[in-house]
Amino acid sequence: MSVDIDTVKRVARLARIAVSEEEASRMTGELNGILGFVEQLSEVNIEGVEPMTSVMPMAMRERRDVVADGGIADDIVANAPVSDRNFFLVPKVVE
Amino acid sequence: MTDLTRLTIAEAREKLAAREITAVELTDAYLAAIDSANASLNAYVAPTPEKAREMAKASDARIAAGKAGALEGIPLGIKDLFATEGVHTQACSHILDGFEPRYESTVTQNLWNDGAVMLGKLNMDEFAMGSSNETSYYGPVRNPWRAAGSDADLVAGGSSGGSAAAVAAFLCAGATATDTGGSIRQPAAYTGTVGIKPTYGRCSRWGIVAYASSLDQAGPIARDVRDAAILLKSMASVDEKDTTSVDLPVPDYEAAIGQSIRGMKIGIPKEYRLDGMPEEIEALWRQGIAWLKEAGAEIVDISLPHTTYALPTYYIISPAEASSNLARYDGVRYGLRVDGDDIVDMYEKTRAAGFGMEVKRRILIGTYVLSAGYYDAYYVRAQKVRTLIKRDFDLAFAAGVDAILTPATPSSAFAIADEALAADPVKMYLNDIFTVTVNMAGLPGISVPAGLDGKGLPLGLQLIGRPFGEETLFRTAHVIEQAAGRFSPAKWW
Amino acid sequence: MTLVDVRTPDPKRLIPGATGDWEVIIGMEVHAQVLSSSKLFSGASTEFGKAPNANVSLVDAAMPGMLPVINEECVKQAVRTGLGLKAEINHRSIFDRKNYFYPDLPQGYQISQFKDPIVGEGKIVISLGPDRQGHFEDIEIGIERLHLEQDAGKSMHDQHPTMSYVDLNRSGVALMEIVSKPDMRSSDEAKAYMTKLRSIVRYLGTCDGNMDEGSMRADVNVSVRRPGEPFGTRCEIKNVNSIRFIGQAIEYEARRQIGILEDGGVIDQETRLFDPGKGETRSMRSKEDAHDYRYFPDPDLLPLEFDNEFVGRLLADLPELPDDKKTRFVKDLGLSVYDASVLVSEKAIADYYEVVAAGRDGKIAANWVINDLLGALNKDGKAIEETPVSPAQLGGIIDLIKDGTISGKIAKDLFEIVWNEGGDPAAIVEARGMKQVTDTGAIEKAVDEIIAANPEQVEKVKAKPALAGWFVGQVMKATGGKANPQAVQTLVKTKLGIDE
Repeated sequence: MSVDIDTVKRVARLARIAVSEEEASRMTGELNGILGFVEQLSEVNIEGVEPMTSVMPMAMRERRDVVADGGIADDIVANAPVSDRNFFLVPKVVE
Repeated sequence: MTDLTRLTIAEAREKLAAREITAVELTDAYLAAIDSANASLNAYVAPTPEKAREMAKASDARIAAGKAGALEGIPLGIKDLFATEGVHTQACSHILDGFEPRYESTVTQNLWNDGAVMLGKLNMDEFAMGSSNETSYYGPVRNPWRAAGSDADLVAGGSSGGSAAAVAAFLCAGATATDTGGSIRQPAAYTGTVGIKPTYGRCSRWGIVAYASSLDQAGPIARDVRDAAILLKSMASVDEKDTTSVDLPVPDYEAAIGQSIRGMKIGIPKEYRLDGMPEEIEALWRQGIAWLKEAGAEIVDISLPHTTYALPTYYIISPAEASSNLARYDGVRYGLRVDGDDIVDMYEKTRAAGFGMEVKRRILIGTYVLSAGYYDAYYVRAQKVRTLIKRDFDLAFAAGVDAILTPATPSSAFAIADEALAADPVKMYLNDIFTVTVNMAGLPGISVPAGLDGKGLPLGLQLIGRPFGEETLFRTAHVIEQAAGRFSPAKWW
Repeated sequence: MTLVDVRTPDPKRLIPGATGDWEVIIGMEVHAQVLSSSKLFSGASTEFGKAPNANVSLVDAAMPGMLPVINEECVKQAVRTGLGLKAEINHRSIFDRKNYFYPDLPQGYQISQFKDPIVGEGKIVISLGPDRQGHFEDIEIGIERLHLEQDAGKSMHDQHPTMSYVDLNRSGVALMEIVSKPDMRSSDEAKAYMTKLRSIVRYLGTCDGNMDEGSMRADVNVSVRRPGEPFGTRCEIKNVNSIRFIGQAIEYEARRQIGILEDGGVIDQETRLFDPGKGETRSMRSKEDAHDYRYFPDPDLLPLEFDNEFVGRLLADLPELPDDKKTRFVKDLGLSVYDASVLVSEKAIADYYEVVAAGRDGKIAANWVINDLLGALNKDGKAIEETPVSPAQLGGIIDLIKDGTISGKIAKDLFEIVWNEGGDPAAIVEARGMKQVTDTGAIEKAVDEIIAANPEQVEKVKAKPALAGWFVGQVMKATGGKANPQAVQTLVKTKLGIDE
């Protein structure tokens, strides 16, 4: 499988990364290089093989239902580019 | 006075305990070394001298009070991927501009709890994506090693290039690092240092900026095997904040050093004998086999038939996870924001300006392989192949193999800004060909210096262990270290 | 998901259009907030209405390097709910990441369950009616699945001319998404479904069901078709937050679609919003990109696995559900289906009733709870939780009737006093002289007086013995209602010479 420049632009849009025409064009080549490289996986016989979900066989660690966190609004917004009264501010969103 | 920076952790530990030196003296020696070397090597992106002196002072007080921890007063460098409270933590990316977390990663907290001193944050490939440290927003690290008779700058490997270079150039006693596809072991091999990636789940990932969650593991880079064992003991823990942290007590790794490997079964996988592999690497491998045999180990040929698929599998799984892990860098809560006409425009401009080329490449690949219509063909298939790769190892270990010996890298360190590598990302990816299988299977792997190549550059051998077989690795790596000797670069910086 | 049509078109549910009848097809995805102290993957509180970002942990804010750890109680709550929906419990389920960018989604993905949810197929029986004959119609609505997922934060758009304000307090709160099959065929059914689902989760204690606080909200899928034809194109009405609005939204949306189809148009599959002010649905400003959520298993988590024993323990501790309770009320307490339905409609009412009925006549208790208590609550616009008359007080009133201390009529007055002023019913009766008169001498005197004063009526009653009731009434009036009606009746009949 290979990608064309429109696919690269669509994927960049999905990933919310602005790409110039020139970048998109260069990345099309690079992405095709990588996709060509991974293409060899199609020769592996994977019939009846389960996809890996966890590399170490273990039960999922669970937490007790206690409030042990929060109350740190100042820390939460400390690094925010724009904030006001502990809210994060972003360009207006329309629904 | 002798150069304190030349002391290993084990040696410094003794001198500190015996009150022959103080933690402040030791720390000052390193700070001075960093001061004079960093402009040349670019190993540190954010030295923290004041914090270091303050911590060293506290260490001296604890030593005086008889309350010294296992790493009391030992000055360490910290890869920029680890969150350090109130200190520069940017994964060497522009997108985390100015980010100073209000929290401390579990691994670094463990180190401070044991009395270690932080010298600063170390350079790395942006978001740990790279094999040469050239993707760092702060520029490449220069390898303290140079080819004999050459003054060409070489890469220190990646992504933990800063960690490896700082350890090799005596700019810290040891360093934290992380390894997703070889990012501890490859730079260790390129710098003549020891690096161990422990079993997945051994070190907590809490507070480590995520690249590919199912593969990322923290581990140390150190001057020798013993120091690596000392550091790992402190770094590792069972952490209830990390779901994938494995609930097993941390053993005393140092105790394994010096134990005999007589009767141990060492597997030699035929699939690691690559076409066109430099003869020097072959020879090194043969040498390693001979050393282990001499020490009483039994050498067995094994087959890991899916080895060749590990790298392509890695280049589907890791970008897929990364594309999702890096979605949080959106200019809303921390880091860089580039204003836009609307929210989408803000996202797109911020992420375009904040991420470097290699990171963008991997995000796009990852986004693509997860997208509708391609998910099964790429991602699901890759996870199935991953099952097969792990099964290869399971079978070898089930047949009684205790550890597997391979070369660590297919070559020694290459030049910074190598044109052939820059032109073809896949060529660069091939650097991880021997290391990446270990991450796919979640196993521990150690890289130990085993000799110099014809250009006088260090080469490493890799030992792969059973899950939680780190002690076996330390024990066996120590045998190689004893046989091969230690390697230090000639100072040019 | 393959849509299976399990219903036969029912003429009385069809919507008449200009060109013939239409059938509306409804399926719902209900988001129910799990009742838990802390969030699904973090230790921050789930409490409603706190200061901005006060209930936010580093994990909820998606700080670099933060990791989710699942809350065991949320898992139990999901399983309990699954059991309450008589659903298949999946012993292995997977958490996936649903990737998209939105300012109130800090991770850039929502942790949800896509391919392997914790709960599979189940069902809810809704009861429509009663019709004029007093009959109820029970309809089974299929449940497709239930899965656990994270709630998003909240954006406010009215604080600033050019900026939205983001508060992450809800970010990471556990939700159960309960997906129905497209089995509903009228807005009444949809409302009954939501009401029943809310009742079930409240009985189970797995969700508080407070729709005005957003604890339960529905995405309603609506399509229309000619009876007997395949399913039409559906529109999804997002985030409807009251049962009344669900009804209104469906009614509007069905007619909108019928109008388009009858005019020869086609329905665009789209997401719409319900505007309660206008009673209309409108198209959401179309997102520029087609959604491509790139689901994949969250590598920070492991498969969620549990054994039969775990499920068995939860099953054993499951409270009685409304359907079972209704059956028991009818079978063991002799209530009518209607009364039983009213009493089990809300867990709090059923709980109240059961306290009143304990050790007393179930039917009498039911009458008092339904007619007097619920009537009074309804009149004052109060919820059962706000009742001024406790179950013990109401029980006390009933006991006073039973032991003959007061008459049924006085009891009504007593109820009103307790409602308005509180107090122990027995003490009030004592203090205010409300006890009924059982002294035959006094009653006899009153009866004699009434008979003597009404010779015409005495004549009439001889021809028509049923008129004796008039005398009873007069005596009761004369004694201020305190005479024992039984004693009055007997005396009146004896004195008038009427045979029993």
